[in-house]
Amino acid sequence: MSEMNEPEILFGIYCPPHPQPLLSPEASEGYSNLRAAYDECRKRIEESEADIILVYSTTWPSIIGHQIQALEKAVWTHVDDDFHYLGSMPYDFHMDTEFAHAMKDNCEKRGLEARTVEYEGFPIDTGSVVALQLLNPDNRIPSCILSSNMYANRSETIVLGKAVRDTLAQQGKKAVVVVVSSLSNRMFTEHIDPKEDRIHSPKDDDWNRKILEFFDDGRLEDLSQLSRDIHGQIRVQKVVAYKPAWWLAATMGQHNNYDGEVLAYEALHGSGGAVITLTPSTGSVGDKEFDEDDVEFYRGDRNVLDKGMLE
Amino acid sequence: MAKGQIVAGCLAPHPPHLVYADNPPQNEAYSEGGWETLRWGYQRLARKLKNIDYDAIVIFTPHWQTYIGTHFLGLPEFKSKSVDPVFPNLFRYNYDLQVDVELSEAMRDAASQEGIITKMMRNPDFRVDYGTITSCHLLNPEWDKPIVTISSNRNTHYYSPEVMIEQATALGRACAKAIEESGKRVVLVASHSLSHRHFVEEAPLPEDMSKEHIYNHSQYVWDMKIVEMMREGKSREVIDIMPEFTEQTIAETEGGGLIWMLGAMGFPDFPAEIYGYQSVIGTGNVIACWDPNDETREYVL
Repeated sequence: MSEMNEPEILFGIYCPPHPQPLLSPEASEGYSNLRAAYDECRKRIEESEADIILVYSTTWPSIIGHQIQALEKAVWTHVDDDFHYLGSMPYDFHMDTEFAHAMKDNCEKRGLEARTVEYEGFPIDTGSVVALQLLNPDNRIPSCILSSNMYANRSETIVLGKAVRDTLAQQGKKAVVVVVSSLSNRMFTEHIDPKEDRIHSPKDDDWNRKILEFFDDGRLEDLSQLSRDIHGQIRVQKVVAYKPAWWLAATMGQHNNYDGEVLAYEALHGSGGAVITLTPSTGSVGDKEFDEDDVEFYRGDRNVLDKGMLE
Repeated sequence: MAKGQIVAGCLAPHPPHLVYADNPPQNEAYSEGGWETLRWGYQRLARKLKNIDYDAIVIFTPHWQTYIGTHFLGLPEFKSKSVDPVFPNLFRYNYDLQVDVELSEAMRDAASQEGIITKMMRNPDFRVDYGTITSCHLLNPEWDKPIVTISSNRNTHYYSPEVMIEQATALGRACAKAIEESGKRVVLVASHSLSHRHFVEEAPLPEDMSKEHIYNHSQYVWDMKIVEMMREGKSREVIDIMPEFTEQTIAETEGGGLIWMLGAMGFPDFPAEIYGYQSVIGTGNVIACWDPNDETREYVL
């Protein structure tokens, strides 16, 4: 365990959920670049002293609180809903059950609804399968996957990240944390030639590149604070908020002290796919001030509907 | 060859809780029951379908979500286990189902001719979604009819509820044309709830009916408005009001199933048969059937 009982997070990875880098990296130069970036991350993980790979996947939505994958050996063959024609994705993952159960307890201590899932045949989502297959193909390091609650907003997501820190510190495990998410997530709605893939619109591309500048400067907390703007500008409104930066920032310590490295940025059927690493460092950067409160404990939705009503 | 026809259209919600409550041998989880209003309604509708001569069930599901066009199941058989990603504690169902690939391809072709982006799904490892399995199990527990599953292209999120209405209606028209040309008698199924806000906590015993109620009164009032219009045969008006209904109640109509089905049936002006309404973990669910046969249409509830 590190000094002051702080969790030891070796580095963070932000990577896209689409299956092309796993199933068809040769189909375009862009997919091949993303695959090479994944391979570089795999190498860095292998060279690290990580005890666990922790994945927060935006393609695993949950409703009953936060679900935590706890099945020690998760074995199945996954097929993507859209890209089924690219092939199947057999997997055999080794989960850190001890971490998963402690994570559930720590979520509850911070007011979150949470539960572990330990079922043979549970459908692990495309994003998690892609990330774990490419980052940890031989199961050298045990992993754990966290769902993204579809109703959760900022407070809940930040508290979830803090529960991760509690658990890592408690168990003294060194972690690599992985967020699986696109940047802009609007895909083309027709089938395309992969060689002609590009970001869906110049606006999406501009925003993606601005976000990448922040990542490159290690300004993770600033990105966290900008999540609502990002959601409104370049995210298809499938869920209530863009949550990955909230979770990653809360998990990694809520500051801007990182060495950021953008290993690849390419289009994935129109969406923005980037493989990025963030390594804790010194020397904070940034020029922004924010007034959204930090949150330690989740108290549920504020019920405003029955307040201030005329008697 | 006689013209094919749509012999019934069913709005068939798919909370996995209903299969869980039924304790069929295919499901691994065990319950003490629950949600009888919906389950008994399903049983009555299943008995009605037993007395109708039909060849296949065509089901439109919001739990096969596709962003690149509309996809159709394209292999004759699927056998696997479906585990609900949200309620895995309730639904781990071993299925073995047959697909009417000929009809599926015909509908796909007709949809393509209408300008709709389409794709056949021919990966044998593909896991059929739990919406399809739940609705089909409850409507036909014997699984003695082949099915066709059509994916939900996410037009509401990508564009707007109005675009979804245009696209799903066009898809419905195309499917109706293909069915007519096939000479087959087909039951259509739109698999979804009405209002769709869930509670984010689950009772220790999920089937504890003392804990079950609609998420809030607004959802209930909206659901009742839609049910009333269905009863009155105002299917066109149901579609007209749907953008607002979907937005106000986070309704699962956003997936397009009901629009597709009513569009395929030419927006019927006869009353829908209502088989039951009940909440499941806060969502609003109605079981309804549009029977185009004046002689067999019933006033159920």
